[in-house]
Amino acid sequence: MAKKKTVVPFRGTAEQEAKLRELIAAHKDMRGALMPVLQQAQDIYGYLPIEVQKIIAEGLGIPLEQVYGVVTFYAQFSLNPKGKYSLAVCMGTACYVKGAGGVLERIKQKLGIEPGGVTPDGMFSLEETRCLGCCALAPVMTVNGEVHGRLVPDDVDRILDPIIKDNG
Amino acid sequence: MNIVRAHILVCRGTGCSSAHSEEIFKRFEEELKAQGMADEVKMIQTGCFGLCELGPIVVVYPEGAMYTRVTPDDVSEIVSEHIVKGRIVQRLLHTEKDSAEVVADLSKTKFYEKQTRVALRNCGVINPENIDEYIAVDGYEALGRVLTEMTPEEVIDIITKSGLRGRGGAGFPTGLKWKFASAPAPVKYVCCNADEGDPGAFMDRSVLEGDPHVVLEAMTIAGYAIGAHQGYIYVRAEYPIAIHRLQIAIKQAREYGFLGDDIFGTGFSFDIELRLGSGAFVCGEETALMTSIEGNRGEPRPRPPFPAVKGLFEKPTILNNVETWANIPRIILNGADWFASMGTEKSKGTKVFCLVGKINNTGLVEIPMGTTLREVVEEIGGGIPNGKKFKAAQTGGPSGGCIPASLIDTPIDYESLAAIGSIVGSGGLIIMDEDTCMVDIAKFFLQFTMDESCGKCSPCRIGTKRLYEMITKITEGEGTLEMLDEMEELCHHLQKNALCALGQTAPNPVLSTLKYFRDEYIAHVVDKRCPAGVCTKLLTYEIDPAKCKGCTLCARNCPADAISGKVKEVHVIDKSKCIKCGVCMSNCKFDAIVKK
Repeated sequence: MAKKKTVVPFRGTAEQEAKLRELIAAHKDMRGALMPVLQQAQDIYGYLPIEVQKIIAEGLGIPLEQVYGVVTFYAQFSLNPKGKYSLAVCMGTACYVKGAGGVLERIKQKLGIEPGGVTPDGMFSLEETRCLGCCALAPVMTVNGEVHGRLVPDDVDRILDPIIKDNG
Repeated sequence: MNIVRAHILVCRGTGCSSAHSEEIFKRFEEELKAQGMADEVKMIQTGCFGLCELGPIVVVYPEGAMYTRVTPDDVSEIVSEHIVKGRIVQRLLHTEKDSAEVVADLSKTKFYEKQTRVALRNCGVINPENIDEYIAVDGYEALGRVLTEMTPEEVIDIITKSGLRGRGGAGFPTGLKWKFASAPAPVKYVCCNADEGDPGAFMDRSVLEGDPHVVLEAMTIAGYAIGAHQGYIYVRAEYPIAIHRLQIAIKQAREYGFLGDDIFGTGFSFDIELRLGSGAFVCGEETALMTSIEGNRGEPRPRPPFPAVKGLFEKPTILNNVETWANIPRIILNGADWFASMGTEKSKGTKVFCLVGKINNTGLVEIPMGTTLREVVEEIGGGIPNGKKFKAAQTGGPSGGCIPASLIDTPIDYESLAAIGSIVGSGGLIIMDEDTCMVDIAKFFLQFTMDESCGKCSPCRIGTKRLYEMITKITEGEGTLEMLDEMEELCHHLQKNALCALGQTAPNPVLSTLKYFRDEYIAHVVDKRCPAGVCTKLLTYEIDPAKCKGCTLCARNCPADAISGKVKEVHVIDKSKCIKCGVCMSNCKFDAIVKK
């Protein structure tokens, strides 16, 4: 899937970098270490900006273009930071035939962002995800990983309005 | 050992967990403690029971009472009524469709009665995080027998004779695959494909969540059979519960000496490492999966050489999917003839399907090969909800096809489904009713394969994109009849020329819908109409003057200000402004909005 590069300036801390270097050292001699290192680096930073990719490339002795190639190949690796509330609408077949498109459409209208985007205040990010496997609850969306199931478009207001209210 | 008087099983599969079964589990523990019964009642978290539609599911033994759609607030009632007073809580039991009778015993429900559980035998029965429970149901006995009583040739022989074929999609004979990899070589690998990517398919996840040790045991058996000492499980990152349970299982198996050096004191050594995917559908293809484990972009490699000759890290490798592995220990223990007695002449054993979509009993079903689609939809699945008509079943995910209602008596096995242009695939079975547009479904799958095409070979990279562009035009009313022929031709090129199965099978949803639902394509192209009322560009929303009360609700909620009208007067939609979002229709209390 096409990925848009971030415009948010990098704000990594020294503590995060120390963790990352420790991670790289622990995986240095492992065969096929790049994927596990990227996965755990994303846990540390929340996303994989080019600054982090450079440290990994140097640390593992892998060309940066190869690291970038792998990051952009897999859907779970993100070049952008997530919003404070990360929304994901399942676009698996079961959710799709049960009306996930209408739910997604309502979120897009309500927040004014497209999938892959973040609201300007950094509050919400929106994604379409592949099948989450809880098809009995279709259609589903997740808010920071918590599943909301058997949705109709009106549920979007019910779920998002309290969050918007709580955050002023 | 502590003797308990009752067992409470709480489903902790993904479906039920998404519906708060973890909280239910905790509430039970708290409630039992408060009542001073924590020592006499045992709490067990299990894998998927299969009947996800009715989740979260709680089963209480010795009665075997199955409580359905339990909420955390129901917990204290179950404890105070059932556990304390011995009275089953009737209101939470399952009521069979078309029957007023509540069913207390789950094996007596229509959903379970028709099933034969081999791969799923331990799911919903044992605690997947406790190796002793797996051992108590004959776990690791097959491994012990293989290592102490059988030669590698005998192991391959029994798997070959059983007729087991790969459950991941292609249906390649498992014994033959192992035989190819058995030629002597110093280093070999055994891989488990747990990158279950087909949308609407979750049987592999359920096995990993409900019975993770079966996969470890089977992979170790295969390691012995082909002479490998290292295994890899490649599991989807979207399955956090499965990953967690596999990590626990691997640790426990090492502690018990079922993995590691000198297993059972036989001198045979085997260990397993877990690798996570990162969300690329193509990594379910065997060569792409291996490329991904090696730390690269998950692009497929041309075959030959086949993985049995040159696979992971360029060494001979066998790769089977989770469900295939789940059958192996049972075949060793019960014999090849037992397995071959189930199913059809060429498709032996059972297959797990994920029955989802427009169906009453959404869930996981395991049936003997050769069971008809009708039995699955009408009897096990309990039919279509809301009195709608069955229109089609989609099998095999983005690589499969749509089976129309006229072929509902087709037996489900590898040969019969291939003959009508679909595939068994990994086991997704998505039911569609009259509100599903078949052109839109084909477009949905094309968008999926287009997005997931790795881009390495041009037939797939360009072909899926061109197909998607054409079908999009059709759904927007800009299609032509010639386009249908062009699409068919392009589909055949893709089938012949794409590098891997993703591209070769991507045309199946298009070809099968063109074959069985051509009239719907023609309605989109010629009449500029979507019969199912799905394709928004071809729809118009109107207000029925006879039903409109002038309540102004639609006008106030319209995001495009396309609706005008005064209070208590009939409202009108301005079609040039309408964005067809459907907000008016979902808000109207008088059913006055008509979609055409």
